Amino acid sequence: MLNTRFMMGTVAGLALLSGLTSAQAEEITIATVNNGDMIIMQELSSIWEKETGNTINWVVLEENVLRQRVTTDIATGGGQYDVMTIGSYEAPIWGRQDWLSPLNDLPGFDYDDLIPTVAANLSAEDTLYAVPFYAESSFTLYRKDLFKQAGLTMPDQPTWDQIRDFAAKLTDKPNEVYGLCLRGKPGWGENLFVFGTMVNTFGGRWFDENWNTTIDTPEWKAALDYYLDVMTKYGPPGATSNGFNENQTLFQTGKCAMWIDATSAAGRVFDPAQSDVADKVAFTASPVAEVPKGNSAFWAWALAVPASSHKQDVAKEFISWATSADYVALVGKEKGWVAVPPGTRLSTYENPDYIAAAPFAATTLDAIESADPNDATAQPVPYSGIQYVSIPEFQGIGTTVGQNISAALSGSMSAEQALQSSQRSAEREIRRAGYGN
Amino acid sequence: MARAVTPQRKALNTAIAALIGALIFFPIFWTVLTSFKTETQAIADPPVWFAFDWTLENYTAVNQRSDYLLHFWNSVVISVGSTLLGLMIAVPAAWAMAFVPGRRTKDILMWMLSTKMLPSVGVLVPIYLLFRQLGLLDTRMGLVIVLTLINLPIIIWMLYTYFREIPGEILEAARMDGASLREEVTHVLLPMAVPGMASTVLLNIILAWNEAFWTLNLTAAKAAPLTAFIASYSSPEGLFYAKLSAASTMAIAPILIMGWFSQKQLVRGLTFGAVK
Repeated sequence: MLNTRFMMGTVAGLALLSGLTSAQAEEITIATVNNGDMIIMQELSSIWEKETGNTINWVVLEENVLRQRVTTDIATGGGQYDVMTIGSYEAPIWGRQDWLSPLNDLPGFDYDDLIPTVAANLSAEDTLYAVPFYAESSFTLYRKDLFKQAGLTMPDQPTWDQIRDFAAKLTDKPNEVYGLCLRGKPGWGENLFVFGTMVNTFGGRWFDENWNTTIDTPEWKAALDYYLDVMTKYGPPGATSNGFNENQTLFQTGKCAMWIDATSAAGRVFDPAQSDVADKVAFTASPVAEVPKGNSAFWAWALAVPASSHKQDVAKEFISWATSADYVALVGKEKGWVAVPPGTRLSTYENPDYIAAAPFAATTLDAIESADPNDATAQPVPYSGIQYVSIPEFQGIGTTVGQNISAALSGSMSAEQALQSSQRSAEREIRRAGYGN
Repeated sequence: MARAVTPQRKALNTAIAALIGALIFFPIFWTVLTSFKTETQAIADPPVWFAFDWTLENYTAVNQRSDYLLHFWNSVVISVGSTLLGLMIAVPAAWAMAFVPGRRTKDILMWMLSTKMLPSVGVLVPIYLLFRQLGLLDTRMGLVIVLTLINLPIIIWMLYTYFREIPGEILEAARMDGASLREEVTHVLLPMAVPGMASTVLLNIILAWNEAFWTLNLTAAKAAPLTAFIASYSSPEGLFYAKLSAASTMAIAPILIMGWFSQKQLVRGLTFGAVK
């Protein structure tokens, strides 16, 4: 009897004690993507856990799976996540829907150090809804050895016409060297990542000021004709299945003379452990055509707190830590400066250690600073965004257009058909969603 | 009259079967092989076959980053749990349909099958909202319920087919001898249906183990099974093929081994009643 009472007392005491400790330390759930920078964050976050006593449950998913997963959760107020990794496309749209908590008031956070265009891409109506973890733009990677051999010089700001000339001279199909590698895999985050910037700089736009669809226009036709021409003549075979990874593989194994893609490729192609051409790579700006803007894409992975999270304070505390200049320094110390998350803080680009380790730093910063989502087209537009349109319907529209462009590249559709079909489906979506009424 | 099978023909058939088998098995073989390569070797062109530096670094990396045992245990609980729960509902249902069919039994069977034709994503939001209200998000119990419901038509159909092969007279005789309904099912029907039951159980465990829509969409960190474990190693940016292959190998190994050991049961059960 005494024993039972003693046992019950102990159990009650233990329960009380565990109740007390859990009131101090919280457990948060973070959803993120499987990218190199995020994996480093996952590793280093044990330091934050030790400092604060909080614990983190990680949910790591492939980008598209994660997007579907967090969209369902946030739209239904599921409250499964306290911190989620979202892209610059989602941040302003979800912010306007009140799905995300505003992040303008993180205690002790150095907002002035954030690159202004990056913050602008993650804000809606001057409210920051996600804090950038790393950001990327697009630029031109090329093989300086092949250029030297052919007696060519890459200008600081190439034009698409020059790129075509270079590609023609550098293509050596018998030896499996292709002049130009561009993404051909369909998807708004795949082929449109680069093709979207081509449309801007060839003078095109997705919609006019009254939300009339402007895809079946001479500007789009010029961009698409150019793209199909260079990819057919100087691109690698089977380009319709090439996304970022496939092109990276081709470039790293010496099969591409030029590759226009995300700036985040730099760290990898420059790494001798991963790349056969590490000492032969050079970088320059993304090409332009008639219009000298909108030629550099923009993408950022950022951390946001869903409004449905019950642990807002701890979640914000974690975000402040993971996106701070101190965190950048920590990565530099633990993993080497080349592994630092790029494109978010001005201080990173003033750091001599980083500049020494990352020769691509200046080109990357230029590209990101010039990526203004509110001024990317020659003609006026009612939307923001560079290679995407910052409206919820764009996922559907972009997917269809990406498929049509890819179909034109594979030859199963003509350029005219691809544009007409894209025009029709975009018009339908926009009308259904009630824009311009 | 059966046609005589010449040795040449037999050899040819064997060769064709072996070729088809090799084709089907090749992706699994390649995944396992890739899991022992470095990331650069994994994407090498032309591909390297065996002459590479075999390494376990991918397995080490995967184990450091993820809690394999947690995901494995979740997979076991979810697949076995949903199969058992499914059987508890399906055995009585299949019994009724096989031995006391009504006018609408055929229609009901077809209707049950038609639920499989609905794309899962169509009911994602309602199910998600229900789960949120019931507190079932990211719980193993929630997944057991959903996977039971998804696989129930298959379990009932399979059991119904097996039960139909059993002569009703035997059950009748048991009843004459005074067996209650429960005794009739547990002592007479089920022992006779063991091969069928075994293959139903195995097939359902495999289906539940491989289910990758609901298990990804209704879980977060705690109840995530091996499908989520694999998904965490895929990425459109960066090199990941070797690690993804290591994670895939670890995820499919248990079910593959189980499949090998129970191959006989599985094949016997699946072809049961095929030849009449």
